Amino acid sequence: MIRFDSVTKRYPDGTVAVDDLELVAASGQITVLVGPSGCGKTTSLRMVNRMIEPTSGTIWLDDEDTASMATHELRRRIGYVIQHAGLFPHKTIVDNVATVPFLLGTDKKRARSTAMELLERVGLPAHFAKRYPAQLSGGQQQRVGVARALAADPPVMLMDEPFSAVDPVVREQLQDEFLRLQQDLGKTIVFVTHDIDEAVKLGDQVAVLRVGGHLAQVATPAELLSRPVDAFVAGFVGRDRGYRALGFATAGTLSTRSEPTVATGAPLPTGSDDDWLLAVDGARAPQGWLDMRASAPAGATVTDGLLHRGGTLVTQGGSLRAALDACLSSPSGRGVVVDEGGALVGTITAAEVLELIEAREPEPRT
Amino acid sequence: MTVLAADGASSSPLHFVEYFLDHRSEDLGLLWSHTWLSVVPVIVGLLIALPLGWVARRHRWTYPPIMSITGVLYTIPSIALFVLVPPILGLDTLDPLQVPIALTVYSVALLVRVVADGLASVPDETVQAATALGFRPLERFFKVELPIAVPVIAAGLRVAVVSNVSIVAVAGTIGLSNLGQLFTQGFQLSTPDAYYPPIVLGIVLCVLLAVVLDSLVVLLNRLLTPWRRAVAT
Repeated sequence: MIRFDSVTKRYPDGTVAVDDLELVAASGQITVLVGPSGCGKTTSLRMVNRMIEPTSGTIWLDDEDTASMATHELRRRIGYVIQHAGLFPHKTIVDNVATVPFLLGTDKKRARSTAMELLERVGLPAHFAKRYPAQLSGGQQQRVGVARALAADPPVMLMDEPFSAVDPVVREQLQDEFLRLQQDLGKTIVFVTHDIDEAVKLGDQVAVLRVGGHLAQVATPAELLSRPVDAFVAGFVGRDRGYRALGFATAGTLSTRSEPTVATGAPLPTGSDDDWLLAVDGARAPQGWLDMRASAPAGATVTDGLLHRGGTLVTQGGSLRAALDACLSSPSGRGVVVDEGGALVGTITAAEVLELIEAREPEPRT
Repeated sequence: MTVLAADGASSSPLHFVEYFLDHRSEDLGLLWSHTWLSVVPVIVGLLIALPLGWVARRHRWTYPPIMSITGVLYTIPSIALFVLVPPILGLDTLDPLQVPIALTVYSVALLVRVVADGLASVPDETVQAATALGFRPLERFFKVELPIAVPVIAAGLRVAVVSNVSIVAVAGTIGLSNLGQLFTQGFQLSTPDAYYPPIVLGIVLCVLLAVVLDSLVVLLNRLLTPWRRAVAT
């Protein structure tokens, strides 16, 4: 647990970066600090490992006052990931990851073998170990940055916009993998971002800060989207927050209707009572929709080229947002529902999803 | 030192090889002391320049004055510095340390800027990351900042070591044993007629020495920075 106890940072010129911050980052959870630039989110983060010293107030790491520890010892107990990874260009990937164990005096061989396991864990192949950072892409470097932060198995991790310098596709991948990793590891994480979407996706708890270092609201993502505490938070979380809030609403198990299918590679069926026919592969994983109105030469088979692949999929226990999106993005208007293994369960229509949305119980007041 | 001028034919500049063979042990001695005088002041100069450069980088306000002072030092003519060092440091005129000290001053003057700029070449986020991971300041300097600054420092060392080879030769004119004495000998033997072989020999050995020392710095740089040759694949 990390606890900010009336922490203030005031610079000599009078600028207040963080103003009387009271915040608890619970153990094993991701606490996201989010806000516009100048809101003091990075300053708050860097006060935890004393890269910046608070002007007043105390930051507690469990029951220890961080100000009472030697800074280098405090920092070796806290994993740290920054925007451009900040890898050491002169060290191989494996030695980058093993940095903190080396500093702690761990036997080199053991430190390197732990580092190799971590590389695998963050999804990097073993042959990357002997490379240098310049030989890796931005996304790969960021994975190494995460592995390096985890190397000494610190209970606490600080992450300062770790995914904002990579392209959106890679960012989403890294976010998903990060959430999976956190499920296994259960670290106490403080995560800084300026991106509200990232905040609600990753945070167990989101703290919105406003310029001048004031804490505007601390809440779960769902609560933040449904009940912003004031106009600033409402404006910051965005206009389509009603839609985004559906991302946290589920309808238990989505009820579906069965959907006729055709296997890829099979002969093109002729005559159908519907304009669209769903194609699945051997494992019954949906591949795309076949437009039955399009004329195809006789004897043709169902090939990739004929399929419309625009539709998103929703898992049976998925959110109402994902369900609605599956319907809206499907050329047939029917959202494709799959099980956890990715095999077809059935379809659902937008009208049915809307009914579920309307039948949703109102959020409990807190 | 007496050197007998040979017959007229061998006064051609191209006869420096014969001149060398005739005075081999003496010339090798000159070469050796020239090498020593070229290298040691650069090493000592680097050791002094490292903390100064670190200070200039760490406390930014010290950068301009440190660079101005070292810049002025570098503009003092070498012969004047050789003469000034003994009275300033209370040494005898012709103390054996006189010339090495003056050369060290030049090396420091050249290398302080190089070290400061080398440290400035270390990416900011790398330094931040090192600090955040728990490097203490000295650990960070020797394990992160200095290794990454090596290419810039090596480039400066090449200039320092090569310019030292030529400044050392000037010290030959105030009587110190080094390749510069070959020039003095050449002048002495050039009465009444010009006698070139020792002068050419001096030039050739100075250039060879400079090339060898420069290559050694390049080689050292390569050995210390395998990561520089790693490019995106």
